[in-house]
Amino acid sequence: MTPHSTLFRRELSLAWARGGGPLLTVGFFASVCLMVPLSIGAAPGRLSAVAGGITWVGLALASLLSLDRLFERDFESGALDLVNLGPLPLETICAVKCAAQWLASCAPLALAAPVAAIGLGAKVETAGLIALTAAIGGVAFAFVGGAGAALALVSRRGGVLIALIVLPLLTPPVIFGGAAIANFAAGLPWTTGLILLTAYALAAVALTPFAMAGACRNALS
Amino acid sequence: MTALERLEVAAVTLQRGARALLGGLSFDAVAGEAVAITGANGAGKTSLLRAIAGFTRPVSGQIRFLGADGELDADATRREECHLVGHADGLAVGRTVREELVFAVRWTGGDATAAIDGARRLGLERLLDLPVRHLSAGQRRRVVLVRLIAAPRRLWLLDEPLTPLDADSRAHFGEIMSAHLAGGGVIVAAVHDPLPISARTVAISG
Repeated sequence: MTPHSTLFRRELSLAWARGGGPLLTVGFFASVCLMVPLSIGAAPGRLSAVAGGITWVGLALASLLSLDRLFERDFESGALDLVNLGPLPLETICAVKCAAQWLASCAPLALAAPVAAIGLGAKVETAGLIALTAAIGGVAFAFVGGAGAALALVSRRGGVLIALIVLPLLTPPVIFGGAAIANFAAGLPWTTGLILLTAYALAAVALTPFAMAGACRNALS
Repeated sequence: MTALERLEVAAVTLQRGARALLGGLSFDAVAGEAVAITGANGAGKTSLLRAIAGFTRPVSGQIRFLGADGELDADATRREECHLVGHADGLAVGRTVREELVFAVRWTGGDATAAIDGARRLGLERLLDLPVRHLSAGQRRRVVLVRLIAAPRRLWLLDEPLTPLDADSRAHFGEIMSAHLAGGGVIVAAVHDPLPISARTVAISG
């Protein structure tokens, strides 16, 4: 068993239990999506026009839920000390943590997203694209969110700070993902949004582990 | 990589906030030797151990790891040869003792069988399937000590290792430390109570 898979299994079991787990995350997402028709009215034309956009805002908010525990628990328990004296560099450890966070939180959301969007009036044909963009966008959410969570380690009110750091950085994927779905539904060229979304997610995977590792080192010293 | 033969702490000064700690502390520890770091609360014992583990960089002075053929790569030595037992035990309270043990032992270079054998030696076999949150402080410490015997590493950095242990466990841990030293290991321990083995004392002042 490689150190990567040893660590991934631990992180996944922690992520699965963190913040109430995937059920709570999906439940929160569903609540956000349900509130919209209650507030703007259920007129079918009005709702279906914004279904994709609302779904993305819900995804971004729901992906914030369990972030505050991503590094904080391990930092306070001393587990970050332990993993730091193991075979993998801290950058890789942080990336593995975010990958587990994606699988436990963002992947279930990606499955729930088409259901919510169609419930709000999106066309059934968009379901595949919604799930795909939510899965790719979730990668960006997990990694950028991880960077925010690591940066907040040294502060007292970490949870609030994470939301403030992370939400602006989650705006581009929300724009790209929402645009891809809206254009697809309207029969317009939609691949640009998907490409930009994927590029943003890949950039997050490539860059944020260095930020996370730096922030963790700073917190540990 | 050749095995660690000697840890050298040369004129190390650390800083916490605006305060300087240790004031140019020097000592070394060779294979088979235990060093007991003593000093008042806040003198910098924990900071020293964390500096040796590479978490804090000294503001001046050097921490070097030496093998038979000269200086070893510090990062690699820390990753492969160094166990740290600190105040925070690093256990996730929601996972079972077995899960946490097997992870920690695998992560530091041992395997699952060694982890379970080690748990047996420390009298933890009945606790293996309990969540960590149900354990007492002493039991949790014993879970951490399993790592030391199940994943062989030369350098043990121990921060108050005896504090939560009962008399039997202390004696048992003394035997484990003696065996480690006999096998060429190095122990640096921050202590208030004397260690149950013979150790050279290095006193630091705040």
